[in-house]
Amino acid sequence: MATIDKKRVEELKEICAEMRIDLIKQLHKIQTGHPGGSLSVCEILALLYLEIANVDAKNPKCPNRDRIVLTKGHAAPMLYLALAKAGFIPKEEFATLRQLNSRLQGHPCPKTTPGVETASGPMGIGLSAAIGMALALKLDKNPAKVYAIMGDGELNEGTVWEACMSAAKYAVDNLTVIVDLNGVQLDGTNDEIMPMLNLEAKFAAFGFEVLSCDGHDIVDIYETIHKANAIKGKPCVILANTVKGKGVSFMEGKNSWHGAPIGAAEFAQAMKDLGGDIDG
Amino acid sequence: MAKTIRDVYGESLVKYGATDDRIIVLDADVSNSTKSIIFGKEFPDRFFNVGIAEANMAAMAAGFAACGKIPFINTFATFLNTLGLLSARIYGSYSNWNMKFMGAYGGVSDSFDGPTHHSIEDITIFRSLPNFQVLVATDARHTAWLVKNAIDHDGPMYIRLSRNAVPDVYDDNATFTPGKGNILREGDDVTIIACGLMVKEALDAAETLAGQGISARVVDMFSIKPIDTQLIVDSAKKSKLIVTAEEHSIIGGLGGAVAEVLSANGCGVKQAFVGLNDVHAETGPTDTLMKKYGLSAENIMTQTLKGLGR
Repeated sequence: MATIDKKRVEELKEICAEMRIDLIKQLHKIQTGHPGGSLSVCEILALLYLEIANVDAKNPKCPNRDRIVLTKGHAAPMLYLALAKAGFIPKEEFATLRQLNSRLQGHPCPKTTPGVETASGPMGIGLSAAIGMALALKLDKNPAKVYAIMGDGELNEGTVWEACMSAAKYAVDNLTVIVDLNGVQLDGTNDEIMPMLNLEAKFAAFGFEVLSCDGHDIVDIYETIHKANAIKGKPCVILANTVKGKGVSFMEGKNSWHGAPIGAAEFAQAMKDLGGDIDG
Repeated sequence: MAKTIRDVYGESLVKYGATDDRIIVLDADVSNSTKSIIFGKEFPDRFFNVGIAEANMAAMAAGFAACGKIPFINTFATFLNTLGLLSARIYGSYSNWNMKFMGAYGGVSDSFDGPTHHSIEDITIFRSLPNFQVLVATDARHTAWLVKNAIDHDGPMYIRLSRNAVPDVYDDNATFTPGKGNILREGDDVTIIACGLMVKEALDAAETLAGQGISARVVDMFSIKPIDTQLIVDSAKKSKLIVTAEEHSIIGGLGGAVAEVLSANGCGVKQAFVGLNDVHAETGPTDTLMKKYGLSAENIMTQTLKGLGR
């Protein structure tokens, strides 16, 4: 089984801590953007871009690269921070997020930002696009893999299940789907808004191999993704158990922090929670 | 009678797909109707029938386009501009990916299935999407060219096809230029600008008008976007009236596109709109249905005479 060494785990933890601080600072500064779903997907993005996926900031369009498709596009701020850590964009550029003349649009755009594979934000179509990519790579006998990172609220969309049927029909095994299962969507919890019932049984019934992990545990995510990548002949989904707003005490598990501006007192508390410098 | 538009389309996919493995064909359980099945039988590895899941089909096509393929997305036209529209907008238009939305059964050509299956808003909707080109098939020979042109143009495209065999407008010597209309008949009093099946109706109307001493220029404006601005302005200079004719709503389609050119260039010429007048049609045989709703040479005549004050 693939393993990750302890030193690297500590480094990645440190990187994720920095990404969370940078995220809150910028969203506080610009008073717009989505903190909750960005904080929940932090470790997943960091591991894919910095450790697992075959991507190269010096050659972002390399035909043999792995494709990382963030279908939950509202987590764009955390995606951009991962891209900065991976060297696709300068770290300072994150300060232009959501501003005029920026390459960092409110939601991901492949035309403007190196390393971004698809436009996303509108829910329900990203998995289908990832399946199309995986099938195209197979036709070309290209060994690259496709990773689709989805939100759990996104699973409300009917097209997601159309996509799942296609993934099973075509035995798309060069695709690993990761669901950021934070249990909360814009208007409330999944259970309040649209109960997803037994997701494990649902995906299994749609022909998927279903794995799960702690979506904030570097080692668990690493090992589970490698396990998923080894599964052949059928698609695989990882249900990554996460906390919306992870790391910021008053945001954790709260739908109200899906996309709300961060006030001064809240910013101070968040920096205290994350170990960040309020003046920095 | 010529071959059906859809048969020529399916055969053209095979013809060009045989030597170009970038071509991918997707269908949503209507491949025997759209005739994409002709390609599917020849090249099963590049044919994806995703079931009755049009929105998924359009988004899957985007993934193929992102990896350098040229996906042809097939279903009834009206399902592309409804269920397929999110992907058309996000991946085709916004991302400017090389996706070909192929609108089978355009206009009222699926006449017996009724207004649920007619496509009368498709040109308006796709024309409004940045980066999209919008083209309409005129006849069998033109349809074959449209497939080749779609492969040659790198960018999102909506092509409106038709279900049935239609009268030939073009012969084997016909040529087509991207973005340019074709003048099929010269005349000085009025210019009839048409697309699709209405081109033949316009030619028939022009012939009858000639008998009444009215000479009509007839233009096949198969490229709705980009549109041939120069040809429209030139026609306006020599004509007392512009008549647009389309198997589509008169709101925002060919008529709308021509009106934008006329007003932006200060042409100051009156325009008459032949098309579905903000109504849905009904079930029935194609030819009589088209006549009832004014999609006919007779109505082009009527509107021309009215527009000229005769």
